[in-house]
Amino acid sequence: MGRSMTKMLSIGCLCAAAALLAGCPKKATTVEPPSAGTQIPGFGAGGAGSAGTTALGSNTGTMGAGSQGAGAGGALARNVIYFDFDKSDIKPEYADVISAHARNLTTHPNLKLKLEGNTDQRGTREYNIGLGERRAQAVRRALMLQGVAESQLTTVSFGAERPAVEGDDEAAWAKNRRADMVYTP
Amino acid sequence: MNKALCSVAVLGLSLFCSRSWGEFVVEVTRGQDDAIPIAIVPFSPPDTDAGSFDVARVVADDLARSGRFKAMDRKDMIEQPHNGAGIGFDDWRRLGNDYILVGLMVPQGQDRYNISFELFNVLNRQRLLSYQISANRTGLRLASHQIADMVFDKILGIRGAFATRIAYISVVGSLPNRTYRLIVADADGENPHIVIQSNEPLMSPAWSPDGQTLAYVSFEDRLPSIYVQVLKTGERRRVSARAGVNQAPAWSPDGRKLALTLSTRDGNLDVYVLDPATQALTRITDDPGIDTEPQWSKDGQNLYFTSDRAGGPQIYRIGIQPGDHPRRLTFQGNYNARPRLSPDESQLAFVTQEDGAYRIAVMDLKGRGEVQVLTKGRFDVSPSFAPNGAMIIYASRDRGRGVLALVSADGRVQERLVASEGEVQEPAWSPF
Repeated sequence: MGRSMTKMLSIGCLCAAAALLAGCPKKATTVEPPSAGTQIPGFGAGGAGSAGTTALGSNTGTMGAGSQGAGAGGALARNVIYFDFDKSDIKPEYADVISAHARNLTTHPNLKLKLEGNTDQRGTREYNIGLGERRAQAVRRALMLQGVAESQLTTVSFGAERPAVEGDDEAAWAKNRRADMVYTP
Repeated sequence: MNKALCSVAVLGLSLFCSRSWGEFVVEVTRGQDDAIPIAIVPFSPPDTDAGSFDVARVVADDLARSGRFKAMDRKDMIEQPHNGAGIGFDDWRRLGNDYILVGLMVPQGQDRYNISFELFNVLNRQRLLSYQISANRTGLRLASHQIADMVFDKILGIRGAFATRIAYISVVGSLPNRTYRLIVADADGENPHIVIQSNEPLMSPAWSPDGQTLAYVSFEDRLPSIYVQVLKTGERRRVSARAGVNQAPAWSPDGRKLALTLSTRDGNLDVYVLDPATQALTRITDDPGIDTEPQWSKDGQNLYFTSDRAGGPQIYRIGIQPGDHPRRLTFQGNYNARPRLSPDESQLAFVTQEDGAYRIAVMDLKGRGEVQVLTKGRFDVSPSFAPNGAMIIYASRDRGRGVLALVSADGRVQERLVASEGEVQEPAWSPF
């Protein structure tokens, strides 16, 4: 045990040295920020590890049984809403996203949408669950205001537990303060 | 107290039997200036074989890690006595030691050892401890921690917490392929065992008062539920899977109830008390803000919790009897959250925001509520007291990684525990 502790100590020292040199010591690969249309977290039928690349507009089979994307691909294909720090109000730039999904849901009453609220990494984990829930609820209310039935919507908060982008800076944080919209079967 | 955890494969989650994983590196970042110098002489048996366990090393590391002791470097030991008769006190005093611990490990048969040890005050040559422990090979590490406890207690008059455990969450990988593990290890980070592993988040480990069971939040099926799991057997039971939020479990002092956070359909988070056996539920807070992170008082009559009913999160206390109104406890700054009571209730640890940084602070509950900020990081969260109240373990970030760190309750000692793999977060220190 003592020997492996020494080994770990040397690895720890090496990592520290590498960190000083490289400034970027993480062993695990950093996930790329999802660009529009590819590997959007939460896109698809909610399965963990859903790794499909989906071009904008061609959403066959990913919106729930028996549906095609309603209307133009654009706003409906966007299924992440981003938030400002410590805020859960939906910014005007997402109004069309809300409308598109509201239209999709009211047109296809069999569809169900899960709203997953997330926060950035700052603050305490359990309080962040509350903030994530606020964001999911904001989207839920916005959709209901546009006629979506309560029964079609569920919310879940992941707080800070499922960051889309890793990093201790605003660039990463901005991509994690989000509500993901996930159609479920 | 050997933690043999048995394995059951359930629902794509995995529970492992005694599988060692990863290790910690301890970095002391700030020691105590007046640390007591002590010589801990190797206990090696007369016929030292290369594979024998180094009891004295574990004892020395424990005492040094407390920040209160400075262990003499072995290289400087000109002789290595194994009992009092062999100690040349003047020499040890000249080398600057206030205390000396000597001992001997004598094998007894295949797998057993008799460890005898003595603790002396070097200055007045008084023998403070004389003791024997018998242990088999797998029990040597625990025996070493127990020896460190005895030395710590004898010299400082404080019960040692070296033979305790920590639970924490380890996260490896990036979305969508993250692996979350709830791990229990010795308090020094050695001997880690996976309690449960999942592809979805695990959170908020909470030790039952008897140290036998952990409650935690699991996002299996992408929905949060609260589970309780018996560590010895791996047997787990889901105790709350209500629609919406099921979070922040906290055991009552008698181990019979759980305080927790649930949500209404409209996403209003509040604190409740659940009897897991009967599923009887009592609502404790009823307020549109986020009310969460409950913690029980020692008498089981009050709950400390976080609420943002006043704007930003602050810490409140409420009696669990119906009709009691919450009393706000924190008034400095806009963010005070996640209360944790010290075992003797003299201090309340919590997370405070100071100049944009999240830090661990303690409030003096016996005096005038004075607040002291203990840490200096940017993202210090999740404080948990050791059961002797002397140290607080918490989560921090270092060079882009989640790490665990330790700070003494008075802020004078600071250490970092860096895992060999991935991120670590949400530590919880076991009871005695």
